[in-house]
Amino acid sequence: MKKKDIILIVLVLLLAGGLFLWRQMAGAKEGAAVRVTVNGEVYGVYSLLEPQDIVIDTELGHNLLQIRDGKAVMVEADCPDGYCRQQSSIRHNHQTIVCLPHKIVAEVVGSGTSTDEQIPDVVAK
Amino acid sequence: MKGDGETMYKKVPLYAMLVALAMIFSYVEALLPISFGVPGMKLGLANLIVVIGLYLLKPGEVLLISVLRIVLVGYLFGNGMSIVYSLAGGLLSFVLMTLLQKIKGFSMIGVSIAGGVSHNVGQLLVAALVLESGAVFYYAPVLLIAGLVTGTLIGIIAGRIVKEVKKGSRQLFD
Repeated sequence: MKKKDIILIVLVLLLAGGLFLWRQMAGAKEGAAVRVTVNGEVYGVYSLLEPQDIVIDTELGHNLLQIRDGKAVMVEADCPDGYCRQQSSIRHNHQTIVCLPHKIVAEVVGSGTSTDEQIPDVVAK
Repeated sequence: MKGDGETMYKKVPLYAMLVALAMIFSYVEALLPISFGVPGMKLGLANLIVVIGLYLLKPGEVLLISVLRIVLVGYLFGNGMSIVYSLAGGLLSFVLMTLLQKIKGFSMIGVSIAGGVSHNVGQLLVAALVLESGAVFYYAPVLLIAGLVTGTLIGIIAGRIVKEVKKGSRQLFD
């Protein structure tokens, strides 16, 4: 371990810490809804307040996102790797579940209390 | 590779062995039921071969081994897209590691950390491009720390292996 190694470690820690703080500022409050996008386009926005099963069937494949107890989690995916099913449930603003093969991003949007975030209409599809 | 019969005869089996070893590492990693709950987070065991290679072989040879590993593993266990992600991470980490190696003053641990961190950053960038969404950057802090930890561990292990190899079977690499 040399001096420059230590500098590098400190730099990475600072960068991670800075990004983390910035992320917290952007809102760690509990989110109001989950926005699902497929291939960069909004597929739908679903309230986290009511339990529901969201089926996301596209030409790329099948996914099932489940909302229970104010949290969303990917429970079904017919992609080859299935990493999205292993990702933690999401409830805080800007947390995401990503399914790369199916180009799906589920992101928590619109914290219940902050107004700086534009809250999209919450529709149960 | 000068086409020199004597050198080729030694080098080709060495490349093959290292590619095979890196592939085994990738496979073992895929088998491990470890989930960090974060997309793109990996142990990066195969990076061990790249780090060791950087200290025993020429950069071009390491690049060849690294790219061969990624493409072969992608065809065997992954899909077209997984090759793209791995290549982005693999190439970015290769460039940064050779760069840090050129700048004097970094130990293998520092070089390996740069590799681990940039590998994760590279994958994140491609993911953001493919998904057309910056949402994946939510996990950037976790991935940076993860790269730091795995990079440090791999750097320590690689350092020990290189020491032993230089002591014992140096002729393998000459």
